[in-house]
Amino acid sequence: MLPLLSIITFLPLAGALIILFLVRGDSNQAIRNARLTALWTTIATFIISLFVLGGFDSSDTGFQFVEERPWLGFLTYKMGVDGISVLFVMLTTFMMPLVIWASWGVENRVKEYMIAFLILETFMIGVFCALDMILFYLFFEGGLIPMFLIIGVWGGKERVYAAFKFFLYTLIGSLLMLVAMIAMYWDAGTTDITALLNHNFSSETVDLFGWQIIGGFQTFLWLAFFASFAVKMPMWPVHTWLPDAHVQAPTAGSVVLAAILLKMGGYGFIRFSLPMFPIASEYFAGFVYFLSAVAIVYTSLVALMQEDIKKLIAYSSVAHMGFVTMGIFAANQQGVDGAIFQMISHGFISGALFLCVGVIYDRMHTREISAYGGLVVRMPVYAAIFMLFTMGNVGLPGTSGFVGEFLTLAGVFQESTWAALFATSGVILSAGYALWLYKRVVFGELIKESLKQIEDVTPREKMIFAPLVVGTILLGVYPSLITDVFGPSVEALLAQVDAAQVAASQVAMK
Amino acid sequence: MLQTILFAPLLGALIAGLFGRSIGERMAMVIPTALLFLAAFLSWIVFFTYTSHDGDVVPLMRWIDSGTMSVDWSIRVDTLTCVMLVVVTTVSSVVHLYSMGYMEEDPAKARFFSYLSLFTFAMLMLVTSDNLLQMFFGWEGVGVASYLLIGFWHHKQSANAAAMKAFIVNRVGDFGFALGIFGLFFMVDSIAFDDVFNAAPALAETTIHFIGMEMNAAELLAFLLFVGAMGKSAQFLLHTWLPDAMEGPTPVSALIHAATMVTAGVFLVCRMSPLMEFAPQTLMIITYVGATTAFFAATIGLVQNDIKRVIAYSTCSQLGYMFVAAGVGAYEAAMFHLFTHAFFKALLFLGAGSVIHAMHHEQDMRHYGGLKDKIPKTFWMMMIGTLAITGLGVPLLYIGEIPLGFAGYQSKDAVIESAFAGGGFSYAFVMLILAAAMTAFYSWRLIFMTFFGETRADAHTYDHAHESPNVMMIPLYILAAGAVIAGMAFYGGFFGHHEDHFWHGAIFSGAENTVVHDAHNVAKWVKVAPFIAMLIGTGLAVSMYYKSAKLWMKLGFGVLAFIVLAFAKQWEAGLAIGAALAFFCYVVPFGMNETLARQQQPLYQFLLNKWYFDEIYDFIFVRPAMWIGKFFWKRGDGNVIDGFLNGLAMSVVPFFTGMLGRAQSGFVFHYAFAMIMGVAALVTWYAVVGG
Repeated sequence: MLPLLSIITFLPLAGALIILFLVRGDSNQAIRNARLTALWTTIATFIISLFVLGGFDSSDTGFQFVEERPWLGFLTYKMGVDGISVLFVMLTTFMMPLVIWASWGVENRVKEYMIAFLILETFMIGVFCALDMILFYLFFEGGLIPMFLIIGVWGGKERVYAAFKFFLYTLIGSLLMLVAMIAMYWDAGTTDITALLNHNFSSETVDLFGWQIIGGFQTFLWLAFFASFAVKMPMWPVHTWLPDAHVQAPTAGSVVLAAILLKMGGYGFIRFSLPMFPIASEYFAGFVYFLSAVAIVYTSLVALMQEDIKKLIAYSSVAHMGFVTMGIFAANQQGVDGAIFQMISHGFISGALFLCVGVIYDRMHTREISAYGGLVVRMPVYAAIFMLFTMGNVGLPGTSGFVGEFLTLAGVFQESTWAALFATSGVILSAGYALWLYKRVVFGELIKESLKQIEDVTPREKMIFAPLVVGTILLGVYPSLITDVFGPSVEALLAQVDAAQVAASQVAMK
Repeated sequence: MLQTILFAPLLGALIAGLFGRSIGERMAMVIPTALLFLAAFLSWIVFFTYTSHDGDVVPLMRWIDSGTMSVDWSIRVDTLTCVMLVVVTTVSSVVHLYSMGYMEEDPAKARFFSYLSLFTFAMLMLVTSDNLLQMFFGWEGVGVASYLLIGFWHHKQSANAAAMKAFIVNRVGDFGFALGIFGLFFMVDSIAFDDVFNAAPALAETTIHFIGMEMNAAELLAFLLFVGAMGKSAQFLLHTWLPDAMEGPTPVSALIHAATMVTAGVFLVCRMSPLMEFAPQTLMIITYVGATTAFFAATIGLVQNDIKRVIAYSTCSQLGYMFVAAGVGAYEAAMFHLFTHAFFKALLFLGAGSVIHAMHHEQDMRHYGGLKDKIPKTFWMMMIGTLAITGLGVPLLYIGEIPLGFAGYQSKDAVIESAFAGGGFSYAFVMLILAAAMTAFYSWRLIFMTFFGETRADAHTYDHAHESPNVMMIPLYILAAGAVIAGMAFYGGFFGHHEDHFWHGAIFSGAENTVVHDAHNVAKWVKVAPFIAMLIGTGLAVSMYYKSAKLWMKLGFGVLAFIVLAFAKQWEAGLAIGAALAFFCYVVPFGMNETLARQQQPLYQFLLNKWYFDEIYDFIFVRPAMWIGKFFWKRGDGNVIDGFLNGLAMSVVPFFTGMLGRAQSGFVFHYAFAMIMGVAALVTWYAVVGG
């Protein structure tokens, strides 16, 4: 059988190499070739990934399409997907062609730009496919570099500050994760994720300089992983890199950041923290609810007051990720299902919202909310598209945004009514900031001179939005399309987590 | 057939919305309207075939499946659904028709009709739902459609603001609704209606741990659902959006903000009657909230000058009546009033629209007057609507078992009698009687200010005032027919002795709940009380606003009150009230309202400014939210978090920044790429060959 996962992981890299070595010069023809190569590579990757999805058996809760080879001596190259990761792979391969196509307007260093995105795609797919801890770490960290360059080279005025903020925040978090991984290797003697999932990390209380650390070893590991994933999500209060990064990143960079990179944190929680350290996860659940509830209320209020469109959407992303972290650590079927669903849906909706900003930024070169107003007069199609995604963002039933929010909240309610209460208040606040933004940008009279000649979306832009529109509505009306894929895997995962927690509590009873 | 009713409006919305430009604006109006009439026709067939039968559920498609949560798209038909189906599709179809005339000069007809049909679809999803989640879909769907339609004239800042306000205030209600759904799922492990209903008795025996409190599960969950109903039905405290919603085109006000969407809350409470019946405390809250709304909205309605706002407050007040009925356990009366109200309130709104149309979009009644002869047909239609809402009938006279009178007479009296049967001479009963008097007052005030006396319009507008075209008048005739006969035709089924057979289990009444039965047997003075209240309100309105009122008219109200009370064997009360009424009508001069407004300046301003709710909310919610948002942003994110974390990093960053400076020169840039390429190549090499 073909190593399909390796193919989709490295095909973008191959495309990058082709551009690097075969596309010469800076002529218009070369630029065109670079763009088309990138586009066709991502499209091909998407098509091949469809075969992965097609061949995926969702009733089998184990890993599928597994490839395993010895690599670099003591390490192993191991890839595979289960019902959870396969959808993140699909999200990545689905978004990338749209992102590349949306970058037609980039004129500066086009070759390097396309190379950076293609390499980024390799790393992102790798993260979701890796079944070896070290391999995961390499992909996870590797993704930082192209994204750092994308912000730092093609970004806005403050790009240097934003790029470093992004880099340092995520790197410092990840270093702790690396330390934890080494400790896990030392404890379990393997870096194979499937083996680690079945390994019991000690949760006996340890005494550290007189402090009783409940959950012991698991607690330390959990915290180290948490440092990395919480920054990546990002969770309050380590979220401040995100608005800066989003604002400075080029449109396509923002889309990838919001739609895919943020999901690595949530994926990490589901792949590592919850199943490998179930006792610590239970112990810290209240802490996570607290941070998530604060994130939802706090960042929604902050979003309300933003003057920059991108910053507003960035803050709203932080709020939406609050639902995800909450759902995951609720550790019940609705919570985790909802968290995964919310991540996929947020990929579509926030990606589309950043594209919406890109459309008007390309025309007016400003992101100030006050620079707009009355766009509906000149841009009716744009107004309709923007309205749809705004409604998705506020979680309107019938759009995919609703299903994730609803399921996570239904899950959290079973664990903590306080958390559910605060988080649910997010539905009021999100309506506030999203509709107010829409009103100021799209409605009202078109009185600003500079806007009087603005053109509606081009056919290319329509084609980019079309799949996202379809996806958002389809998943809103028929979410079983993807809940059927990840549901059984989540169920198996939770059964294991429950068993571990029950066993631990029985030990404690004795 | 059910599927056709449900999806015809959606089809219309899609055709008008997506292909509006290619099929031309005429077709974009005709197609959705035709589809709506089809749906209305089929709904009446369904109404006559399904009422008095067991309910039925038609599954459509899976929706959300997650563990034990399994929710489907489906259609539930029982009598409750049937009643709502005919109300929604009938009013919606005539409003579509009316809009063809009303929106004649608007350039965005296709968009308007698309929204109207979309609204209808969402509303139908709401009323046909078999579980709480599909209902929530419809619930929020009508909210969006309402948002789009209120803000339809998006160049108007006031319309945009009103649209946003409507959506956000509704979300406050939805917040409660959503928590209620989560709670029910938590307790019952299902949110399908039948499962919830079956679990209700057990819920009443269980407590739930909610935000640190132990509460009775049935009470808490019923209350949370009611919070949702308060938002959608604009009840006291969450009512502020409804008057502002009048910024939308008038047909929208008639359809959404009078006949259908705002009654969704009442429908919710009635639909959940099997749960509500086990939550007596919540029912009491519902009664109090409803009674307060009925009273307070009526007080504001007394002094408003915008014709649409008067009717809006009237709607708010009438919704309060429905909640009182539901609160005392007479869900049948609530639904009955909902049903008749839909006809006469839509009639009043569309009539007002016809007036506005005639007066070049002037909505201030201070610039009306003397329109009776200019637009006589509209005048008579408005008269019918007014007689219906004020509840004109012949007290104590029954044809068979059916009271004789306009639609509002049967239904409003049914509500008031139920209130008395449920709680005796209580807060709710008194509030409703007072509200009935005020209803009569502001309704007649509207008629007199608009149609009678000298005109106060400028000469040009008045001279050009013209009757609306047929396409707008026919809907008025249809609704007027409803306003006259809907009460008498359906009294027996909804509220009369056939009600058990008619509802056939769609509404659940607890074993101890005999309110509907008792309501028929209340004392005669209770039965005539609303009528007397109406006479008082009408009499005062005539004295104050009808300049050419004759002496016999003024005294007539007192005499009539006496006669009616005499028939109820309340001689003393009849003498006292009759004499007092006659006296007051006699001494109150024309234009007294202006004197009163001057003399009672604080009270007048208080009412005119709607009890200052907008200002209070702005002060305690909107401004603090913005202030806190700004504080979190600048101080929280800026100073504290970034200050702390960056302080750490900033000592390092300048060093790196220098490096990136070189990166831009191209050196480090290529170096970094070479590095990644190297790593990548190595990985690949081992991946492919290494095995």
